[in-house]
Amino acid sequence: MAALGKLAVYGLAALIAIIMAAKAHDQLFAIQMVTCAIAALIALVVTAKRTDFNAPPADESGYFDSVIRYGTIATVFWGIAGFLVGVCIALQLAWPVFDVEPWLNFGRLRPVHTSAVIFAFGGNALIATSFYVVQRTCQARLAFGKLAWFVFWGYQLFIVLAATGYLLGITQSREYAEPEWYVDLWLTVVWVAYLLVFLGTIFKRKEPHIYVANWFYLSFIVTIAMLHVVNNLAVPVSFLGSKSYSLFSGVQDALTQWWYGHNAVGFFLTAGFLGMMYYFVPKEANRPIYSYRLSIVHFWALIFLYIWAGPHHLHYTALPDWAQTLGMVFSVMLWMPSWGGMINGLMTLSGAWDKVRTDPIIRMQVLALAFYGMSTFEGPMMSIKSVNSLSHYTDWTIGHVHSGALGWVGMISFAAIYYMVPRLWNRDGLYSLRLINWHFWLATLGIVIYAAVMWVAGITQGLMWREYDQQGFLVYSFIETVQAIHWAYAARTFGGFLYFLGAVVMAWNVYQTIRGRKRTEAPMAVASMA
Amino acid sequence: MIKHETIERNATLLLALSFIVVTIGGIVEIAPLFYLQNTIEKVQGMRPYTPLELAGRDIYVREGCYLCHSQMIRPFRDEVERYGHYSLAAESMYDHPFQWGSKRTGPDLARVGGRYSDQWHVEHLTDPRSVVPGSIMPTYAFLANTDLSTNDIADHLRTNVDVGVPYSKDMIANAEADMKAQANPDSDGVDGLKKRYNNVNVRDFDGNPNRLTEMDALVAYLQMLGTLVDFSKYSADENLR
Repeated sequence: MAALGKLAVYGLAALIAIIMAAKAHDQLFAIQMVTCAIAALIALVVTAKRTDFNAPPADESGYFDSVIRYGTIATVFWGIAGFLVGVCIALQLAWPVFDVEPWLNFGRLRPVHTSAVIFAFGGNALIATSFYVVQRTCQARLAFGKLAWFVFWGYQLFIVLAATGYLLGITQSREYAEPEWYVDLWLTVVWVAYLLVFLGTIFKRKEPHIYVANWFYLSFIVTIAMLHVVNNLAVPVSFLGSKSYSLFSGVQDALTQWWYGHNAVGFFLTAGFLGMMYYFVPKEANRPIYSYRLSIVHFWALIFLYIWAGPHHLHYTALPDWAQTLGMVFSVMLWMPSWGGMINGLMTLSGAWDKVRTDPIIRMQVLALAFYGMSTFEGPMMSIKSVNSLSHYTDWTIGHVHSGALGWVGMISFAAIYYMVPRLWNRDGLYSLRLINWHFWLATLGIVIYAAVMWVAGITQGLMWREYDQQGFLVYSFIETVQAIHWAYAARTFGGFLYFLGAVVMAWNVYQTIRGRKRTEAPMAVASMA
Repeated sequence: MIKHETIERNATLLLALSFIVVTIGGIVEIAPLFYLQNTIEKVQGMRPYTPLELAGRDIYVREGCYLCHSQMIRPFRDEVERYGHYSLAAESMYDHPFQWGSKRTGPDLARVGGRYSDQWHVEHLTDPRSVVPGSIMPTYAFLANTDLSTNDIADHLRTNVDVGVPYSKDMIANAEADMKAQANPDSDGVDGLKKRYNNVNVRDFDGNPNRLTEMDALVAYLQMLGTLVDFSKYSADENLR
């Protein structure tokens, strides 16, 4: 009966989507609704084919891991897609001949890149690992049965609608919140389901204490819900159309957006991934967390302080000074709880530092924490108004973001994937440790090149914009400052390409591990001893 | 004194406390912007966008121009000399959403209005490198070949009213006519348009009088950017914040 009900829901969803497409106010909305209808029809056909009405009830005693297996594969897939689009838009900035108007111009592809890496790669990594971690630290199966499947597939639909929408020109132009009103509503539904599954599992726990990783995951889920809803408040022109106008305007809209934008960094890319760190680092190192007290202090301090930091994106703008100063002060304070997390992660390795030599997964985690520490020092520094007067509007910001995103978010996720894959598919080890080593070095080299050239490019351009000659005239026209950093844009493309290549190596390693292969190779320890 | 153990044994408490903790910063920073009188400066000359400019702005948003161009001049000597008077909050009071931007891969556009000819803009958008050698901007030639959608512009104005932009009933009733009139200086609707909107550019923007294209709309928008506020009547001292 349940299967029949499900089929009816999919059929109804497809029908509604087709009706909305037919009645659409604009052509773009019709295309998006057809996409929804196709998704519902695929779900219908697949469910119908798989339904076995005589099957015995499924075994629901152990952990619910099948959705995590899908999530892991999705993470690898979207990671590669997102990095590839990144390389493409880097090429476009270096050589504009790679722009293809109108659909593949930089302005439409750039949100595809940012959404793909943050929400598709990062989001899938967070959903998959949070489901993995919450079950194991609570000793309980995921709550609400198959709702986790809705979270997974609903989230993929969100990604597809957002990304294809950008290419068609559907955007709210709010950085990292570009999807239009109806996609935002859909994500809200999915996110509430996610919260239910996660929180429900915690309620079912057999352990009296809620483990620290889950504090971070929980605060990430709750805060993202709040940020998403408030920042996307908008009135659509038509309930059958793709265009909306934001509820707030000008200065209020700007601060709302950067309150959201900075905390997408703070809660999506930091708190969530700290949750990941708090489980997978101690597990891989086989050591308890360094300091329980530190984790309490830095958790509460981090989530309290982060939310204030948004105005540092609006230094010297038309935002009132009091708000800018408040944002700066809290951004500088944020340095401390951030380093609390880094110290707690790194010190967990005390007594196990030799493993950095023999275990490439630990090596990745150490590098991730090192980059986390570096970016969370650089960030507060750049939020000081006098520094920001130089760095703002330049590629220094782009470099800063990437050292955090590629170094911290990427590396800690790769390590979690390498940890989970053999366990999720019941293999007695990864296909190859040496390929992880290759991934590690390709990615590290890529990040170092990327970040270094973006520093040079950003500071060069920032200084050129404000350079005066002895007569008191501005020395450079704008286009001269663009041409001066062309070499850096080319070099950045190369750095990004190395990082992408590392992810391809990971995909191969994961694929072979799932197939149950084992590469014949000399063990890591022997080689490094030699 | 509540022990942390109590919190970490109670999921509801943990959820409630962490939610309260993350709301404080936003409330303290954002809420006052809505009621502090001095947040938006008192200026003369600001008006809502004309229908054609609004359509141009929507194209600007659609193409992601904000990803490379800021519309926010900071109060520094070099920026004021390069781009003009520093930007005021009042100048984006009708901007849903704001387009201040965060990156200058290209120059700031807050006051690009009137700096170049319409023909320069059309050539630049069609092939940026034909007028700015070394530019890395994508081409937007398709705008000149795409007819502007005019039939639903009144709906767009009405939605802007819903979010607080003071379009009058008259403006909404004449939205489509005003849109066409702004790109056609010979039409009868020009007088009405000028009555409804002060300081408005009326001309064929894209160089093709036979068609109303997206190029017309985008250039009309670019040509009015930063031109509305009358700075001869603006006093910085009276607007300290």
